[in-house]
Amino acid sequence: MQLETPLWKRLVVWAIVVVGLILAAPNLFYSRVETHNDAATAIAKAAKVGGEATPEQTAALSVWPSWAPSALVNLGLDLRGGAHLLAEVKLADVYKQRMDAFWPDARDALKEVRDATGPIKRKPAPDGTLRITLTNPDGMQAALAKLQGLTANVVSLTGAGQKDMEIVADGGDIVITLSDAEKAATDTRTMQQSLEIIRRRVDAAGTREPSIQRQGADRILIEVPGIGSAEELKAIIGTTAKLTFNTVVGQGSDKTANPGVGNLLLPASDHAGLYYTVEEAPVVTGDDLVDAQPSFDQNGRPAVSFRFDTSGARKFGEYTGAHVGEPFAIVLDKQVISAPTIQTAITGGSGIITGNFTVEGSTNLAVLLRAGALPAEMTFLEERTVGPELGQDSIDAGKVAAIAGMVLVGVFMLASYGMFGLFANITLVLSMGIIFGILSMIGGTLTLPGIAGLVLTIGTAVDANVLVYERIREELRHAKTAARAIELGYERATSAIVDANVTTLITSIVLYFFGAGPVRGFAVALFIGIVTSVFTALFVTRLIIQIWFNWRKPKTLIV
Amino acid sequence: MAWRLRLAPEKTNIDFFKHQWITFGGSMLLMVLSFVAWGVMGLNFGIDFKGGTTLRTDSATVIDTGLYRSTLEGLSLGDVAINEVFDPSFRADQHVAAIRISAGKGQDQIDDAGLKRVSDALTAMDPALKIVSVETVGPKVSSELVWSSITALLATSLGILGYIWLRFEWQFALGGVLALLHDVFITVGIFAVFQIKFDLTIVAALLTILGYSINDTVVVFDRLRENLIKYKTMPLKEVMNLSVNETLSRTLATSLTTLIAVGSMLVLGGDVIRGFSFAIFVGIILGTYSSVYVAKNLVLFLGLDRSDKPRATGKGADHEFANIDA
Repeated sequence: MQLETPLWKRLVVWAIVVVGLILAAPNLFYSRVETHNDAATAIAKAAKVGGEATPEQTAALSVWPSWAPSALVNLGLDLRGGAHLLAEVKLADVYKQRMDAFWPDARDALKEVRDATGPIKRKPAPDGTLRITLTNPDGMQAALAKLQGLTANVVSLTGAGQKDMEIVADGGDIVITLSDAEKAATDTRTMQQSLEIIRRRVDAAGTREPSIQRQGADRILIEVPGIGSAEELKAIIGTTAKLTFNTVVGQGSDKTANPGVGNLLLPASDHAGLYYTVEEAPVVTGDDLVDAQPSFDQNGRPAVSFRFDTSGARKFGEYTGAHVGEPFAIVLDKQVISAPTIQTAITGGSGIITGNFTVEGSTNLAVLLRAGALPAEMTFLEERTVGPELGQDSIDAGKVAAIAGMVLVGVFMLASYGMFGLFANITLVLSMGIIFGILSMIGGTLTLPGIAGLVLTIGTAVDANVLVYERIREELRHAKTAARAIELGYERATSAIVDANVTTLITSIVLYFFGAGPVRGFAVALFIGIVTSVFTALFVTRLIIQIWFNWRKPKTLIV
Repeated sequence: MAWRLRLAPEKTNIDFFKHQWITFGGSMLLMVLSFVAWGVMGLNFGIDFKGGTTLRTDSATVIDTGLYRSTLEGLSLGDVAINEVFDPSFRADQHVAAIRISAGKGQDQIDDAGLKRVSDALTAMDPALKIVSVETVGPKVSSELVWSSITALLATSLGILGYIWLRFEWQFALGGVLALLHDVFITVGIFAVFQIKFDLTIVAALLTILGYSINDTVVVFDRLRENLIKYKTMPLKEVMNLSVNETLSRTLATSLTTLIAVGSMLVLGGDVIRGFSFAIFVGIILGTYSSVYVAKNLVLFLGLDRSDKPRATGKGADHEFANIDA
């Protein structure tokens, strides 16, 4: 009796194994491939500014063939170190935004006491200060009382019971600033938001293993594995990504033109010398977005599609409905990306931003819009490279332990299942290779606990094999033929394997969608581990057993 | 002919319910005690969860991070992390290190006395060393991250409940989730009682235990489902014992391979991942125990409806209208 599997199935299984191993191969020549990759990046960067590759770079490039896969598994901060950036958050930005936002409220409130104060006007003042002039200073008390009514209590433990704004009279002017307690509370909030947004930007998929910490009062320390990632990091973090949709008042080429009160003069990002005058108060902002994805417009050019939340969709729908035929500006960080004309009312709550994008640019913009705008601008104070957190001794110990673990499991499997244990060991090595291949492909990062997790995967990866072998043993006891016992063993063990692993798979998927940062990274690793080990146990081991069985044609079977 | 390592005899007939007031009851008691220990003693959070102080040192001597670590860990201050810092602008003999030390309980930074001890110890180790700057740092794990992880865990438990309910019965779902919580809580309890350092890697370990625990429990459930169809008249308790006995060999083999792998990390892997390996080691022992002694006991307490109604999971209905609810 022969054990049969259709040819196409066999081909598909072996093809997957081979592709996985090829993708993993560069990791065996780690330093060589890394030299090649660094050289390739340097040459591409030089070519952008019209430079030529140096002979050293060309030599470095040739140590690894360019047609071969060159993606590597990143090594984490603990094993390899990486880029280190210290950024300062301009906390005062938020004070200014608060005061600017308070002005319309104050103006409306003071309208009610206009008889006493006469017309009022906002006077130029330092950022973070709102200075209002009353035409008739006799109305000062009434105006102060009115404005006091707009203040609220500070929401924080230390500042409890204090008002959020200080409102004082200065001659005929009212001067409004944030109170110290409110400033402290705002600072804490700004720092927390900035940390979270940076984490979402730097580690969108959770596989990068960065370290992001607050340092001192207004600084954020960001460390990312991989020495060469500083430039890219700065580009991702340095953008505020404040997106607004504004009404266009006019356009021109005079950059010194006076836009008028309540308007802004902003440059167009894709047309040098073109300036738009837009209303300062936006119709909708990036805060109203729920999703943004890179996509292409109808001409096949890179674009970013987005979706508003319900309130954003309503505001946008009402505005576009009332202004058909007029242009509106899409503004990102004080630059007009594009100013399309409204064709019809856009009520669906979704849209597309076109502009002068590259594919990379539109992908980055989508990530930035999804993560949200930074509450305040950031400047970089320090840019360094850091060495590994772990000493060489710890790294060596980890390596020894990983190898010893694998060998011991192998010995155990041989002792328990003989020839079948050997088959399981072969697939174990193959599945480790495939896991490395997938990790390289998706740009995963390996930390020491990550390696320990992989070692653990070895332990559980044999589980599916163990389940099948134990089942084959049971079937053999019922005096079935050898071939039938193998078939039944696989058939009957499959439901246990599938249920057990689907449950774990659900765990990994739910963890990915609800978790953040390192939890997400773990979920990805778990997912890859399960899929690979189930695939190898159910298909690869089975094919190996078939080849052996059809070759040796054993009458009796000892598992 | 061939010799095989057997972890369990071919046929076992152990009554896993014999001392269930000790085994299951004891487990439940331990779970509650762990919860109490967690609440009363708290966890010994490492630098990932807590803020602390960061020092920048500058020295002409080449940096050996292992030496720095052992020097500072002798001071029994807090958790320590050390990085060497490189920059093209540094002189050739300028070796800079960044040292992070977590604060003690109830503090967000190290006090002056602690700082003095650190600087004394470092200069004793390397007289050429200077401390260039001292600053406070926040935790690596923000509160938002902690909350999102807790929601993730809750959502995961719900997901598992749902899937097991769908594939088995609701009693199995509750039993599985109880076993899961048992394993995770007692592990956390052990970390609280012995005040072992709790950092980000331990969170990863707990997640691993979670995955392992479900896997192990479901394998026993799967056999139970199969035997429930096979032996329709056998009392529930006996079917359960039979199922656990039949899968015992597999249960032991899988735990042992995993324990071998983790044990080698625990013994050979060095101090840095000892906590991580220890958590998984404990978790796997608990996970194996709970799939034998905890999960199915709850199913027995809740009882199963074994009336002969055809189910979607059972094979072959008696007649063509069997699956239609009236």
